[in-house]
Amino acid sequence: MNQAAINTAAMQSPTPPAPAPAPVNKVYRKRLLRHRIGIALSVFAMTIGLAVLSWILITLIIKGFGALSVNMFTQTTPAPGSEGGGLANAIFGSFMIVGLSTLLSTPIGILAGIYLAEYGEENKIASITRFVTDIMLSAPSIVIGMFVWALYVATTQHYSGYAGSIALALIAIPVVVRTTDNMLRLVPNSLLEAAFALGAPRWKVAMLVRLRAVKAGVITGVLLAVARISGETAPLLFTALNNQFFSKDMNGPMANLPVVIYGFAMSPYDNWRDLAWGGALLVTFSVLALNIISRTVFSQKIPN
Amino acid sequence: MNTQLSPENTAAMNGNKRKTIEITGLNFFYGKTQSLTNVNLDIHERQVTAFIGPSGCGKSTLLRTLNRMYDLYPGQRAEGSIMYRGRNILEEGQDVNMLRAKVGMVFQKPTPFPMSIYDNIAFGVRLYEDLSKGEMDERVEWALKKAALWGEVKDKLTKSGLSLSGGQQQRLCIARGVAVKPDVLLLDEPTSALDPISTSKVEELISELKQDYTIAIVTHNMQQAARCSDYTAYMYLGELVEFGETDQIFMNPARKETQDYITGRFG
Repeated sequence: MNQAAINTAAMQSPTPPAPAPAPVNKVYRKRLLRHRIGIALSVFAMTIGLAVLSWILITLIIKGFGALSVNMFTQTTPAPGSEGGGLANAIFGSFMIVGLSTLLSTPIGILAGIYLAEYGEENKIASITRFVTDIMLSAPSIVIGMFVWALYVATTQHYSGYAGSIALALIAIPVVVRTTDNMLRLVPNSLLEAAFALGAPRWKVAMLVRLRAVKAGVITGVLLAVARISGETAPLLFTALNNQFFSKDMNGPMANLPVVIYGFAMSPYDNWRDLAWGGALLVTFSVLALNIISRTVFSQKIPN
Repeated sequence: MNTQLSPENTAAMNGNKRKTIEITGLNFFYGKTQSLTNVNLDIHERQVTAFIGPSGCGKSTLLRTLNRMYDLYPGQRAEGSIMYRGRNILEEGQDVNMLRAKVGMVFQKPTPFPMSIYDNIAFGVRLYEDLSKGEMDERVEWALKKAALWGEVKDKLTKSGLSLSGGQQQRLCIARGVAVKPDVLLLDEPTSALDPISTSKVEELISELKQDYTIAIVTHNMQQAARCSDYTAYMYLGELVEFGETDQIFMNPARKETQDYITGRFG
């Protein structure tokens, strides 16, 4: 090996610098200790959360799995004292009520969200709307149920699946409005200016550029609203109530999973309790699936 | 010695080139702060006019008054007169959207819409023209060819505009701007976010586009102004210090401030 190669080798691996003087080390060590404590506490908190979540899911699987069978989807809720039975009417009822509620709340929520994002800073009505929406977000669901009961059920003198859908919609709309508004406001001004610079009128910029840019985020908002209302029980207690039989008539009381679970869970009948666990499993895993879908299929990248 | 070119000399030198935009006594305010003071200059037809000056001198602000982009933000206002096609575009009661269809703008950061490349171009055209599918296809191809992008994207017109590289995205934005066949193209530092190769492609584009469009370009890169433009306006702290033909400004500036900036003494 010639001298040039040795020199190059030496140049490429210089001797390491001398260690820092002692006072800096003390400060650094204290900081490092605080850092490690902080990380440890964070990991600990996360572990608690994850542990509780896993415990719930595992309990549901253990207790509810036994009730999962074809019968659960084909047979209706059993009368007190009778054997077997299923949740067909409750599953169907939940489907119908949540489905109609989604159909009601999605367009209203998205349009209101667009309005807030476009005119939110300019106008008194918009800031009042945003304020009211925030209040509605945390309104107790039982109060909403009573409200719809007073307006619909008490005046028409019968329970109704439609009333249930309306009550759930009142819960879902603020969620959709808020997420739509937040997502739309994340669209950078530069993108909007580019559309305006072509001479596009305001409504076209709002619908064709702004909304499209956060399409996935808005869909996520809708899915999360659906997940929320799938499990709401209190509003349905006052509106759709429950129905022992299979009913396609939304204009009368309709069976639904949350209320059935409520009724069956603390009953003395074994088959009822099993069905309650099975229903709880169904609801929980549907909500979980909705959450996972919204985070994977509909994950939103903000344009910048 | 003239400190400003007199109107007669200017007209003689220009060979009586027409003026697309005439700015007179323009003052601009962000709230209470005045950021443009008494600007007077003309944008000549089918010529490239460059606005140069140090950061914060108001060149982007000036460009954005030409298509009333400042209207989007309450608290920003302009006074004075900007004559375009016989009308003062600063007056109330105008169709600002129509103005923007005729005076297009390309921004510093490439901003492709979240749609396919084809739809990006077609978006602006669809706003004001009713073209059949065949005609639209032709227009898209024409615009992409004008922006020297056709060869690179002709097989993937349905892919999202966001899938292109930075330089390609900016050329897409330029194609989008020319597709609507405007009178004037405003370019706000169009190459400052691009690598040198894309930059030189865009600069070539500008000299070609000049044959059909009137162009105003803001650039903080003096050499770019010297390369690309026919007229240059040097601005400082919201005032127009000097305006004239590019050769004259760079080789024989009339004002000492211009000379200092050009030679890099400050800025």
